[in-house]
Amino acid sequence: MQKVYPDAKSALEGLTFDGMTVMSGGFGLCGIPEFLIAALRDSGAKNLTVISNNAGVDGFGLGQLLETRQIKKMISSYVGENKEFERQYLAGELQLEFNPQGTLAERIRAGGAGIPAFFTATGVGTLVAEGKEVRSFDGRDYVMETGLVADLSIVKAWKADERGNLVFRKTARNFNPMMATAGKACVVEVEEIVPTGSLDPDHIHTPGIYVDRIIRSTPEKRIEQRTVRQREGA
Amino acid sequence: MARTREQLAERAAKELQDGFYVNLGIGIPTLVANYIPDGMTVTLQSENGMLGMGPFPYDDEVDPDLINAGKQTITEIPESAYFSSADSFAMIRGGHINLSILGAMEVAQNGDIANWMIPGKLVKGMGGAMDLVAGVKRVVVVMEHANKHGQSKVLKACTLPLTGTGVVSRIITDLAVFDVKPDGSGLVLIELADGVTLDEVARKTEAAYEVAEAFV
Repeated sequence: MQKVYPDAKSALEGLTFDGMTVMSGGFGLCGIPEFLIAALRDSGAKNLTVISNNAGVDGFGLGQLLETRQIKKMISSYVGENKEFERQYLAGELQLEFNPQGTLAERIRAGGAGIPAFFTATGVGTLVAEGKEVRSFDGRDYVMETGLVADLSIVKAWKADERGNLVFRKTARNFNPMMATAGKACVVEVEEIVPTGSLDPDHIHTPGIYVDRIIRSTPEKRIEQRTVRQREGA
Repeated sequence: MARTREQLAERAAKELQDGFYVNLGIGIPTLVANYIPDGMTVTLQSENGMLGMGPFPYDDEVDPDLINAGKQTITEIPESAYFSSADSFAMIRGGHINLSILGAMEVAQNGDIANWMIPGKLVKGMGGAMDLVAGVKRVVVVMEHANKHGQSKVLKACTLPLTGTGVVSRIITDLAVFDVKPDGSGLVLIELADGVTLDEVARKTEAAYEVAEAFV
């Protein structure tokens, strides 16, 4: 069973279709699967529901799928940095479901773990809880949120071995590990594919059982808010 | 004299205690990191998946894989740890973070907070704000006393869609500091900014509040 594919296009072959639900990892532009997003765009699949914390920026990340009108609905926690998103949403061309960030993360974790729903205090008494079951435990109210799964999850990791064991790097981890567990198919792009056996089994963040296909990519890693300090005396 | 943004951050830093794990919101709360007292160990959490946030990088240290929740480039320090978004919000929701300092559009005298949407304007999303106010042990709001139209942001009841209900413990504004009574039954004014009078606060505050004994 060969999990390593030569490129993003071949890795998505047979996995994309109109109307599908896709989870896409990343926080802002940090830890997004750049090559797989481009390949999803090139697949032409449309009417997509995309689950991702953010929606990229104009022309980069998921912004590319917005430009081509391939996204029907976004499930996100924050979408502040995208003019095309704003335009499509205000024109009624794009549906949007906001989830609190922690609720979104837990819905994905739950979905991948076979848990159909859970209760959280987040959002009780707000718009988020409208129409949802609220139940009291030990005198505090909690709202029921459901688990999320997808037809496909596209994930960015730092390293993989040939069996799909993954290691993430710094804050590029974010939503990627949960999304790897919650897609019917999971395709991962990494900066380095190492021989099986060369990763320390104690240092693997996501075990290969969740990973179906792997490609190597050379991401641009665009920075949204380059913030630096000056050296003293410089 | 009303407090400046820097003075607000400096005052908010007095909420820190040795050993605290703290989440700072975007804006004035971010500046609180500049006023952590020497010798005090305070660990900053960034909800995108990091404990032990370091300062902004030097130009040659910038790493696109290392950002804070405001998407700014940052650095790690010797105690830093990385984790997933699910783990991050488990520590937030699970009550493991001691203190959250965040901004607000409105706070009500019962501890309700609104800081994520204005009806009729484009909504960018709540991000992690709802999880933070619901999950963190102590929530302190730092904000201007009035909005840009000069209207009080400390209210009897919030008019904007809520971020959380009955969750705020303390409100620090450029004019004063109020505590929300633990049972949510109202506010107590506990401090005035230098040069600010009780009368000025009374004129500029829509909420009802008691005045702490020290001022009576």
